[in-house]
Amino acid sequence: MTPLDFVLSLALISVAAGVLGSLIGLGGGVVIVPVLTLLYHVDIRLAIGASIVSVIATSSGAAAAYVRERMTNLRAGMFLEIATTTGAVSGAYLTTVLPTRFLFVFFGLVLAYSSFTTFRRRHADQPLAVSHDRIANYFNLHGSYYDPAEQREIPYKVVGTKPGLALMYAAGLVSALLGIGSGALKVPAMDSAMHLPMKVSSATSNFMIGVTAAASAGVYFIRGQIDPIIAAPVAAGVLLGATFGARVLGRVPSKTVRTVFVIVLVVISLEMLQKGIFP
Amino acid sequence: MTRPNVPAGAPERPFSDQPPVEALGRSGRRTLSPEEAAEMAEKVRKVEVVISLVLRIGVIVSVVVIAAGLGLMFARHGAYLPVRGHFSYHRLTSRSTPFPHSFSSLGRSIASGQGRGIIVLGVLILILTPVMRVAVGVLSFVYEKDPPMALVTLYVLAVLVGSFFLAGV
Repeated sequence: MTPLDFVLSLALISVAAGVLGSLIGLGGGVVIVPVLTLLYHVDIRLAIGASIVSVIATSSGAAAAYVRERMTNLRAGMFLEIATTTGAVSGAYLTTVLPTRFLFVFFGLVLAYSSFTTFRRRHADQPLAVSHDRIANYFNLHGSYYDPAEQREIPYKVVGTKPGLALMYAAGLVSALLGIGSGALKVPAMDSAMHLPMKVSSATSNFMIGVTAAASAGVYFIRGQIDPIIAAPVAAGVLLGATFGARVLGRVPSKTVRTVFVIVLVVISLEMLQKGIFP
Repeated sequence: MTRPNVPAGAPERPFSDQPPVEALGRSGRRTLSPEEAAEMAEKVRKVEVVISLVLRIGVIVSVVVIAAGLGLMFARHGAYLPVRGHFSYHRLTSRSTPFPHSFSSLGRSIASGQGRGIIVLGVLILILTPVMRVAVGVLSFVYEKDPPMALVTLYVLAVLVGSFFLAGV
């Protein structure tokens, strides 16, 4: 395989990763890291660097469309970024202290649990009409979006900002420590803990993951983990896929988005447990 | 199909660019008068368009720069091209592959017209796009006259910029 074949084939796979990532609010690292390590036999460190690039590409590519279509909750997203960026920076310091194997097992179990809670909520997507959450009321994090699949405007209230912030801190921490899982914790935090509608959770997660990833991208660049010949096709392909995927989300029913998300979450959780138990 | 929060007989609101009034408001307990809400709706819409535009520009510029770098790389290295060639991509994706990973080496690489330097520049533009988006977020909350949210966003921006310095960039 020559470099040209490598670039073209990886770009095609990245388009698929971008579509999937933008639809369910994940960074596409779920696809990129295993493809690079198992299929192309690329060093794991370089694969993680490419995954960070893929996260930022998914986020910026999809969020441009989601923000314009008012699918993203800008206020809630920017508010919760307090916790994700703080988590990402503290995670960069904890890398030397915590054993990675323990983290993989712990994170795997957390994701298994959140895939279960997301699955259990599959029939109930009724947005809340009242909120007594003082933080959400003070910052006015509530919102409304137009759902093209149901052809109506759906207003919703936000609750549970405290558990939401705690989960977002964990999401930032984990993404800095393991280079993955940016959106895998963000979507359940907003969907299950804060009761944002599923599509809004996905779009807002997309909006946020770019910032979380950017907080640790500097470290990856300096450590020499961002290889241009891997990053170029990943960035270009994912951007194309995410731009396309962002057009799809509105038209798909919430239930489908949730189902796809749960399946991907189960896959990641098994992947994490495998890495922790049989490294 | 029933719509919540809408009195019976109210005209069906078709998809409009304006956010509905009940979803608006700034931080604090104050409720908005109808005129203020209308003004707010316009501001919120403008902010959404600007943030979307910042993301779109960042994405397009980075893709163009990355594509130019890739083109240059393949133009300068004929051995990378042939479909049946013997030059394996593994030589470019191993841990010993040389590529710029500091600003001084990036500058040298671009100055000598290396495609991989230009690709890294494009990737850095992509990495900076979310940072730019947060910076615009600070300005937009100042524009919406919402100091608590402006402070929140300013904190996020400070942590982001700080993280780049902590990394030693």
